Amino acid sequence: MNRKFYILGGLVVGALVMAACQPAETFECDDPIGCVDIAEGEPIHIAYMLTTSGATAFLGDDSIGGIEIAIDERGQIFGRDILLTGEDSLCSAEGGQTAATRVAADPTVLAAIGTNCSSAGEAASAVLSDAGMLMMSPTNTSPSLTDPAQTYFPGYFRTAHNDKFQGAVAARFAITQLGADTAATIHDGSPYADGLQAVFAEEFEKLGGTVTFQGAVNVGDTDMNPILTTISADSPDVLYFPIFEPEGDFIAAQSRDVPGLENTILFGADGLLVASFAPNTGPAAEGMYLSGPYVSEDIPEYAAFLKTYEANTGGPPPAGFAAHAYDATNIILDAIEAVAVESDDGTLHVGRQALRDWITNLTGFDGLTGTLACGDRQLAGIEAKGECATGEALAIYQLGADQVASADNWPAPVVWLP
Amino acid sequence: MVTAFRQRLAYRFSWVGLLLWVLRIGVVVLIIAGSVNTLTSQKYTLENWVSLFFSGLAQGSIYALIALGYTMVYGILLMINFAHGEVYMAGAFTAYFVAAATARSGFLDSNPWASIGLWLLVSISVSTLVAVLLERVAYRPLRNAPRLVPLITAIGASLFLQYTFRGLYGSTFRSYPEVAILRGTVTILGVNVPIVQIFVILAAIILMLALHTFVERTKTGKSMRAVSEDKEIAGLMGIDVNRVIVTTFAIGGMLAGAAGIFRGLYQPQGISAFMGFLPGLKAFTAAVLGGIGSIPGAMLGGLILGLFESFGPNLILEGLGIEGANQLRDAIAIVLLVLVLIFRPQGIMGEKLSEEKA
Repeated sequence: MNRKFYILGGLVVGALVMAACQPAETFECDDPIGCVDIAEGEPIHIAYMLTTSGATAFLGDDSIGGIEIAIDERGQIFGRDILLTGEDSLCSAEGGQTAATRVAADPTVLAAIGTNCSSAGEAASAVLSDAGMLMMSPTNTSPSLTDPAQTYFPGYFRTAHNDKFQGAVAARFAITQLGADTAATIHDGSPYADGLQAVFAEEFEKLGGTVTFQGAVNVGDTDMNPILTTISADSPDVLYFPIFEPEGDFIAAQSRDVPGLENTILFGADGLLVASFAPNTGPAAEGMYLSGPYVSEDIPEYAAFLKTYEANTGGPPPAGFAAHAYDATNIILDAIEAVAVESDDGTLHVGRQALRDWITNLTGFDGLTGTLACGDRQLAGIEAKGECATGEALAIYQLGADQVASADNWPAPVVWLP
Repeated sequence: MVTAFRQRLAYRFSWVGLLLWVLRIGVVVLIIAGSVNTLTSQKYTLENWVSLFFSGLAQGSIYALIALGYTMVYGILLMINFAHGEVYMAGAFTAYFVAAATARSGFLDSNPWASIGLWLLVSISVSTLVAVLLERVAYRPLRNAPRLVPLITAIGASLFLQYTFRGLYGSTFRSYPEVAILRGTVTILGVNVPIVQIFVILAAIILMLALHTFVERTKTGKSMRAVSEDKEIAGLMGIDVNRVIVTTFAIGGMLAGAAGIFRGLYQPQGISAFMGFLPGLKAFTAAVLGGIGSIPGAMLGGLILGLFESFGPNLILEGLGIEGANQLRDAIAIVLLVLVLIFRPQGIMGEKLSEEKA
């Protein structure tokens, strides 16, 4: 009896002594999904999940160039360096999932920039949302990613345009500028291409045109004659195929030999807005139209950005989204600066929900791609979340003989601004 | 006698047998119904069908040339060389750089036939070299291992070659230059058919005839046939089995190398380290379709597969009202394979294999 009493007493006293040794004031993290604590001297850590290998590696290279400029310009936050690490998200759901799982496994990561492909984005955003992180994509354009009824997950943002904008711009161009009455579309089964052609077709019919055919090919197909033959039965005025290389190359090149498509105008989208497309496709690409992102070089900030980009990487951005990546990085860094709290012991605390909220409430952000606001909005009558782009930074390009002759003659001339 | 009769009776009226017959009849009815539907709707002109016929035949010729490599190796070693698609890729990808150089220097425009000859030479040499090295490094040490072992090795070799070539030449897509003399069309049955398709078909047929003559008429061909009959006895008869096997791989590699250039002429785009995988799979299907181990079978299988892929979506699937017909093209290849195997398990031209060989 006595002994038990002494042990208990000893424990109570010990606990009191230990409690007294703790620092008097501690930072209380009241963020619903947790805080990141960055000890003194530790860097601010952001990650990218981009396509750095494979056929669409140009997208990843393009984005990384923009991200690095933004980080270089910022220098330090709260006297700490900014650390950028990266994962290859490929251009597939599997790649997105792998990259996001690796990023989510590192608790020091505050935010991720990526992915490039919408297929990877759908998988990655589910994983990162569960992990409490936020991601911001410079190039995902599929409408489903910001639609809460489809594959939107909290913590997902993008500075790329929603394809609802791009598809509508392309359809408007086809009707008003090309004078088209009929159109056919081809996608490749990816969320990006399927979503974009659907918006195009819907808008095209709304503007009074007729869509004669909506079909798809497989990634990896080389012989496009069967689908082109199907399309040729109606000889549409415009053939819209918002897909990637090399299937887009095959369609453009082989369309020349299919009877009935002689007068059909070829029309692609930002997936083919890359310097290598025209030379790879050859003469068939000459005169072809491409819808895609556009930032005017008349804006002095963008001209300066391009100069820095060329100085860093030795060439112009290979795709049209470097400015979007730059804006995405700046929004994330601004959010960290605004939300982070430094406690007395020099530790920096960043609330994860607070970061998301700050970006959601962001309005009037003065970026290269326009004045951005990331709050909820209505797009064509459908709720969209995490959408930062204005939808104005778009244009129609036309490939000429110069682009076919060499990949150095890039970017292609802009022929129409919406 | 009575039991034998009973057994035959039992086979005839077994449920599985009945099911197979129902399946056979059902599929034939579907194919005919789809075709009749499409043809009576008159959506497509004769011009369309002739164009599809020639593009399918050109595609099929390429499949056939690759399929020959599969079938010859199988005939001799009873193994599936799954890395054969990469042998084709190696030649096509390497020769691209020569092709680009001839186009840049203007040699292609001044001497188009000599240029194509040069590309063929490079492609064939590289593919042959890769095929022979593959045999020497990956398969010969495993000659007497259980049959699953070389199969797994082949898959490993396939991945190894894909990523080695990606490392060597990068991951961007390349395109063969356009050959001016192969542009344009010739008129067949009142329909304009691209010259390049006719060229590919004719060149492939010439190569296949040459192979046939080689196997049937020369001494090496005879020893190949002997080794494929029975390796051990052939060895006892004084045939150098290893040499025959290397020769077989080399010939398979040559044909694959030629197929690579034909692909470059017919479909110049999309040359990359991963271009060999899908054609390899299709060619394997073609080889099984024709009867694996049979050389005329592989040729026929390749051509039939090419034609089915070309006609299938428009003629059969569309007539049946199936959505997304063109996305089902790979399914057509597989369905065709399953069908042939139901009707003729040994393939179109295949011989019935004895228990030991099968």
